[in-house]
Amino acid sequence: MKNTLLNKVSTVCMTAALAVSSIVLPSVASAADAVIDAEPQVASMRGTAPLNAELTPNPMEKVENNDLKRQRDYPQQPPTIPHDISKYQLDKNFNKCMDCHSRKLADEAQAPAVSVTHYMNRDGEFLGEMSPRRYFCTQCHVHQLESKPMVENEFVDVDELIKQSNQRAKK
Amino acid sequence: MNKIINLLKLGWAILSKPAVHLSLGFLTISGFIAGVIFWGGFNTAMELTNTEEFCTSCHEMRDNPFMELQTTIHYSNRSGVRAICSDCHVPHNWTDKIARKMQASKEVWGKIFGTIDTREKFENHRLQLAQNEWTRLKANDSLECRNCHQFDSMDFTRQSKRAAAQHSSALAKGEKTCIDCHKGIAHKLPNMEGVREGTSPH
Ligand code: HEC
Ligand code: HEC
Ligand code: HEC
Ligand code: HEC
Repeated sequence: MKNTLLNKVSTVCMTAALAVSSIVLPSVASAADAVIDAEPQVASMRGTAPLNAELTPNPMEKVENNDLKRQRDYPQQPPTIPHDISKYQLDKNFNKCMDCHSRKLADEAQAPAVSVTHYMNRDGEFLGEMSPRRYFCTQCHVHQLESKPMVENEFVDVDELIKQSNQRAKK
Repeated sequence: MNKIINLLKLGWAILSKPAVHLSLGFLTISGFIAGVIFWGGFNTAMELTNTEEFCTSCHEMRDNPFMELQTTIHYSNRSGVRAICSDCHVPHNWTDKIARKMQASKEVWGKIFGTIDTREKFENHRLQLAQNEWTRLKANDSLECRNCHQFDSMDFTRQSKRAAAQHSSALAKGEKTCIDCHKGIAHKLPNMEGVREGTSPH
């Protein structure tokens, strides 16, 4: 008897809470919209569009495909890919990148063969075949687009840093 | 039984008797017409089996090669020109066409005995199937590719550097043909160990 009464009371409370929230919540949501609309907080491809709006995406940017090697910004940087790879198969069966960049095939394609680090395991031992941890090339190597950067790049090269600190020391 | 034999004998007698009442002209013309009808019917049957609907009417072909084709350049591209199965798999040349059709009976056999009727079976088989296609395309100097892509009409200056370099050397000299360098252009490749060194995990 006591139990059922308690149940009834709690049901009534829940219903009331739901009713109130359904009146209050919409106004909360629109307040949130307003905040997002007012000022873009981060630079994003969505610009100032509210979170709940669906945008027509921009046309796809062209991939740089001129086969010109680019400068590396620091010695350990994995070189960026100077050509289109969008149609290339890279899965557990086949690696199209290695069709030109493997030790055995690079001469045919006159492509740079991947360095010896790709044949080393994490203990630095040399393996007969490519190390599984290097198999998925695009974990480290990326292509580039023919588009303007969305935010300014303030990266400073290590040579530049050394130059600056030498100049400071001289002063 | 005797009746049937008698009927056949009668039929043969009529057929073998020289046509006394029919002119030579009539015979020639009607023979010509019959030929046209027969030839046309044959051609129509060929045409029907060359459609994408026919090739993908088997789930083996629909669920594997066709699904994979759909993400490639030969199914969807900026110019809207596309290749269907028979553009790459059945030679347009008439004699080659018949030879290919004879080979196709092997596929009906495969269908009956279910050699590739699951994805796993297909995966296990596909290197062999692919190899058959590579051998064929290598032997005919990639005829099907060249039906659409004419070497003489390739403007190297409009190709990417890597493409132009390869096309103006190995391809131009005839050392290699399209399929040597463009395997997997229309479908996914299987594990390529033993075909292309170092491209697949062991
Ligand atoms: C009756 C169902 C069916 C139809 C229709 C069909 N296929 Fe197949 N196809 C198969 C089967 C089954 C195999 C595997 C045969 C085997 O095990 O050797 C196969 C194999 C193939 C192969 C591999 C060839 C080889 O030499 O190993 C190609 C290419 C192919 N089919 C293309 C086509 C094309 C193009 C069409 C349309 C003209 C077509 N198929 C229509 C069932 C079919
Ligand atoms: C642009 C040319 C092209 C088109 C279009 C094409 N194929 Fe293929 N197909 C190939 C080549 C080349 C191979 C040899 C294997 C490879 O390189 O991927 C092949 C291989 C195959 C195989 C052997 C198994 C495999 O995956 O390697 C089958 C089966 C097949 N094709 C069926 C079809 C069917 C069915 C269609 C139509 C839905 C089709 N193909 C459309 C070029 C094409
Ligand atoms: C029915 C005509 C046709 C046939 C047959 C054909 N192709 Fe194509 N191919 C095209 C068209 C159309 C395009 C896309 C053109 C464009 O809009 O860029 C194309 C694009 C290509 C590309 C460019 C890929 C890229 O990512 O830019 C290659 C490589 C190619 N084909 C190779 C082949 C090979 C190899 C064969 C033979 C197995 C073949 N084609 C058979 C019509 C054909
Ligand atoms: C010696 C190797 C080789 C041969 C042979 C070859 N190609 Fe290519 N082809 C390439 C390379 C490398 C590329 C550029 C990279 C890529 O798309 O993978 C390319 C790119 C292409 C493209 C895209 C053009 C571009 O600007 O990127 C087409 C179309 C093409 N090939 C068609 C053919 C056809 C058709 C044949 C046969 C008549 C053929 N290729 C023979 C290596 C070759």
